[in-house]
Amino acid sequence: MSLVSIRDLKVSFDGVQVLHGIDLEIGEGEAVGLVGESGCGKSVTWLAALGLLPLKAAVSGSAKFAGQELVNAPRTTLETVRGGRIAMIFQDPSSSLNPVQRVGKQLIESIRLHRGLKGAAARVEAIRLMDLVGIPSASTRIDLYPHEFSGGQCQRIMIAMALAGEPDLLIADEPTTALDATIQAQILDLLARIREETGMAMVFISHDLGAVSAVCDRAAVMYAGRVVEQNGIRGLFESPRHPYTVGLFQAIPQLDGPRQRLVPIYGTVPDPRHLPTGCSFSPRCTSASDFCTSVQPGLVRQDDGCDLACFNPAAHAVVPAYGHSVKTTEYVR
Amino acid sequence: MLNHILIRLVRAFLTLMLVMTFAFLVLRLSGDPAIILLGPDAPQDAINAFRERWGLNDPLWKQYLAYIAQVLTLDFGVSMRDQVPALELVMSRIPATLAITVPALILKVAIGIPAGVYAALHRQSIADRGVITLSIFGFTVPSFVLGLILVLIFAVTLGWLPSGGQDSWRHAILPIATLSVGGIGIMARFSRSAMIEVLGQPYIRTAMAKGLSWRDVVWKHALPNAAVPIVTLLGFMVGSLIAGAAVVESIFSWPGVGRLIVTSVANRDLAVVQSLLLVIACSMIVANFLVDLAYGLLDPRLRSKRAAH
Repeated sequence: MSLVSIRDLKVSFDGVQVLHGIDLEIGEGEAVGLVGESGCGKSVTWLAALGLLPLKAAVSGSAKFAGQELVNAPRTTLETVRGGRIAMIFQDPSSSLNPVQRVGKQLIESIRLHRGLKGAAARVEAIRLMDLVGIPSASTRIDLYPHEFSGGQCQRIMIAMALAGEPDLLIADEPTTALDATIQAQILDLLARIREETGMAMVFISHDLGAVSAVCDRAAVMYAGRVVEQNGIRGLFESPRHPYTVGLFQAIPQLDGPRQRLVPIYGTVPDPRHLPTGCSFSPRCTSASDFCTSVQPGLVRQDDGCDLACFNPAAHAVVPAYGHSVKTTEYVR
Repeated sequence: MLNHILIRLVRAFLTLMLVMTFAFLVLRLSGDPAIILLGPDAPQDAINAFRERWGLNDPLWKQYLAYIAQVLTLDFGVSMRDQVPALELVMSRIPATLAITVPALILKVAIGIPAGVYAALHRQSIADRGVITLSIFGFTVPSFVLGLILVLIFAVTLGWLPSGGQDSWRHAILPIATLSVGGIGIMARFSRSAMIEVLGQPYIRTAMAKGLSWRDVVWKHALPNAAVPIVTLLGFMVGSLIAGAAVVESIFSWPGVGRLIVTSVANRDLAVVQSLLLVIACSMIVANFLVDLAYGLLDPRLRSKRAAH
């Protein structure tokens, strides 16, 4: 049985629908990437599942954690799941920590909440967690405030805080977007290592395909509030099928091989208030037909195990098209 | 830290010098105390004697230097009208003023902050709209109008409370009410927007994602952060404890500092006005200093910035 099962999850803000029925399964210990441009609904999916959206958001559908329904669940149910079963870390680590509270206190708060440790024992555990995520001289720095740490270190502390509840699933919402490249690699490395050690499942939300390949087993590509393609990392990288996924790969510069002009995806993400009829990607798609602009394709399981929502997908690549250029080993270790 | 305090002391001294200079010049340029105090029909030799007595015949720069020298020896002059030391006169009025401004401040804090926070936590609810409407009413109705309305209702029509004077605690009720209404409104609105701002911050989402109860999120994470801007406003209110009640004191004939300001300015009682302004400036400086200390306690980012100086 899967750990999290999301079915037909829909979200609208003030009557504007931003999620159009998301279906997603996360297995125990599995790492799943969620890829797409800003505003496509990657974060909203998980904020909605955990009930962290503002009150004006209307959420429908189902998100079950170990069989327990989370959508519109009572506050107390959500509070036991949050942090303890599903932890979440965010994009901007420096502003995600309370600026007027010592980091140790914030860590101990989670430890006390989920593990029942108090006083000196909780403090020892907080120091252990800070050590674990690679904060140097944790025992002296535990009493510092967030502004006395760098962005990368704040993200490490966020990860430590997430680990405090020993969760079954960690949602990492663009955890490296606000950090510079070397720190990014360190944080990805840390996440991969922790997953190896704890065996927890992970959802990695990102628009960086390289980062996703470094830490995930499987990835779902989202566009305008829908999942448009879903496949194992290998399948997705070797043979992307949806024109949007193909476009994402073509926009990545290749380090080896001859120098080539990058192919951008023309146009912009549609305004959720005025979505085009038919496939939302059709106005930007080079292989769109008249049919594409009038009928919305559903997510359909293909013969090779790939889930795809496209009427005119790219052909299977005979030679791995992109698999050789973005190596998973580039990021991990 | 010592350095920091030293810099503040020097700055406070400069501020006081500026206030003294300004008060000195404006008072002397705006009317002749001899004519105002003795009346327009006073004989010329009486006016001359008065001017001689108070040194008003000296050139302005000489008067100014004499005044500064006098203040530096902590002599603040004598009231031209009452012939008593000016500072003593000012100080004797402070308790009466504090007797109405301190309770008013307590009401502003005790009603304004909870109302604003409650409204922020229940946005768009009837309570929120009620708080907004009442607070706009509170700070848009001028105190002289509000004071007169209250007198009309509670003193004239109902006869429950006295309309003026300072004989018992019952006399203080209407002045305190008049003083606090506007401040409660401002405090409520300010607390509401500070709280709404904080509730939208990423660290609040983090606190919720941790699994904290909403109560703990509000008490342990939102309120300590919202306290920083609220303390700024509180500082202004503390700063005006001494000087902020002139209108209300006049309406209710409350014998405090505010009324002394009005009468001594009207009489061009130079030493009294100058002492008043010095005392008021000092109270503002002290209030600012307290706000600064509070900032340091509430926000560690400011503390380390200060240590870097």
